[in-house]
Amino acid sequence: MRHAFVTTLLELAERDDRILLLTGDLGYTVLEPFAEKFPNRSDLRRNRFFNVGVAEQNMVGVGTGLAEAGYIPFLYSIATFAAIRPYEFIRNGPALHQLPVRIVGVGGGFEYGSAGPTHWALEDIALMRAQPGMTVIAPADHLQTRAALLETWDIPGPVYYRLGKDDKTTIPGLEGRFALGRPQVIRKGSDLLIIAMGSVTSEVAKAADALSERGIECTVIVVSSLNPDPVDDLVEALSRFSVAMTVENHYLAGGLGSVVSEFVAEHRIGCRVVRCGIERVLDGVSGGTGYLRHIYGLSSEALVKKAVESVEG
Amino acid sequence: MSPIRIRQLILQMAKRADVGHIGSALSIADIIAALYGDVLRIVHLDDPNRDRFVLSKGRAAMALYAALYLKEWLTKETLETYCMDPVASEKAVASGQCPVTSEAAVSTDHWQQATGHYLGVHPEHTFPGVDFSTGSLGHGLAIGTGAALAARLEGCSRRVFVLISDAECNEGSNWESVMLAAHHRLANLIAIIDLNSQQAFGYTADVLNLSPMREKWEAFGWDVHEVDGHNVAEITETIQKLHTISDSPHVLIARTTFGKGVSYMENRIKWHYMPMSDAEYQQAVEAVASGQ
Repeated sequence: MRHAFVTTLLELAERDDRILLLTGDLGYTVLEPFAEKFPNRSDLRRNRFFNVGVAEQNMVGVGTGLAEAGYIPFLYSIATFAAIRPYEFIRNGPALHQLPVRIVGVGGGFEYGSAGPTHWALEDIALMRAQPGMTVIAPADHLQTRAALLETWDIPGPVYYRLGKDDKTTIPGLEGRFALGRPQVIRKGSDLLIIAMGSVTSEVAKAADALSERGIECTVIVVSSLNPDPVDDLVEALSRFSVAMTVENHYLAGGLGSVVSEFVAEHRIGCRVVRCGIERVLDGVSGGTGYLRHIYGLSSEALVKKAVESVEG
Repeated sequence: MSPIRIRQLILQMAKRADVGHIGSALSIADIIAALYGDVLRIVHLDDPNRDRFVLSKGRAAMALYAALYLKEWLTKETLETYCMDPVASEKAVASGQCPVTSEAAVSTDHWQQATGHYLGVHPEHTFPGVDFSTGSLGHGLAIGTGAALAARLEGCSRRVFVLISDAECNEGSNWESVMLAAHHRLANLIAIIDLNSQQAFGYTADVLNLSPMREKWEAFGWDVHEVDGHNVAEITETIQKLHTISDSPHVLIARTTFGKGVSYMENRIKWHYMPMSDAEYQQAVEAVASGQ
């Protein structure tokens, strides 16, 4: 997704010189095309790319000052450093002033698996959606990443983009569709509703195939944006099922499962919500994304098991 | 702009609302008078090429509000909303604690219709003349660095002034900004340190020693000037001599006295917090009027 993002951003930046790209010293092998396209001048005039060093608080503050002057700065780092380290700067800067600063967090969830828990962003969605006016976008694959950026790069107010690292996998049935504030239905069935967010949707798609072979037909909905929340679409879908399963690479508290549970409670929907995510980080466990999905019950096999239990329970 | 007038307005605001933060505001009254006197180039508030000012030590906003009022960017009615709400203001008026009453002060409905909202301890950008909301220490210099960088990208000569407290230099985020501004030689960025040697729970030398301040900023590549923070002419002239097109970023270390102008408040931590009694208010008014 990160290559799709930067490739698309480069296209947009060629058309609109308000776009700037700032990085907190990350993006090796990813951001070079942008930096090479817009070489810097020593007098700073019309410069577009800045490595501000390992200083994320300052990066957000600088982005706030740039945005007030009319620029659209994209601030790039690993998701936890982009979103969580400078959180108060995001709150008091782009969120409070409602300025078009774009926070770009790469490797949401545990996609920096072997780097360990300091590099995982497991509460970024919860934190960002708590800020009024902060649009949260978490694409499910690289095609949707491109569509999401094309639709939202110049919307008013701040945006948080939570990106995965995978630029190859595509979600069957999604075809890169994105609409701000609207979920995408990628599969229809009447036995179980699965609502997914982010790159872990690939596991959901595989699980839905396996469930179908066992006679359980699922409706699968991909939520790729919050604030505005996809209230009407999800309420309509949830009203048609007795059980719904949410799947996210995020702590259970505050993420997609919480959002869906809020809708169920507020709209008095008679649907049980089964949340699949991370309850807590296990000590001394790191590894590849696939391994961690297995450990935390987010692999397709684990999701199938959970789905069967949910439908039969 | 008269620093005495700023101090008078600070005292009136604090007394009307029965709140503290008086010492912090009095500390920067002369710096604010210099900035809003002959320093800031602001023809219209909606001019994108105007100079920017960030009051990073937002808790001293009474001084800023006073200046914005004297520039006629804030109305008297808005100024009188400082730290008030409909309930508190009615109590203040009813109890006779409100030393400056007006038709507007008596009518909270009028306030809400006139302004829609109320001035708080810390400045919010939704009020005319306030470029950025501040209050949480260590944020303003980063925002100012971005604002200065924006001007340089455009080739615009506008400048950005950021007023920080000495204790605010405890916040590590400042030093991230200090490095970036020096790296890009943002000569249009001027930081002013209100060096009153006092912070919320003690004196800076006792809490977290900041010395040597000058050498710290020089080591980071800034152009450092030490000034008397209560000498409006010296502050103004020092800034007017700065090269703001191509040079290092600049910092004025402004030596100040916490609570300046009211002798019983000077260098007393109590006046970071406490409101004035009626007698203290009268004494302070007389002290400020006499220019002590």
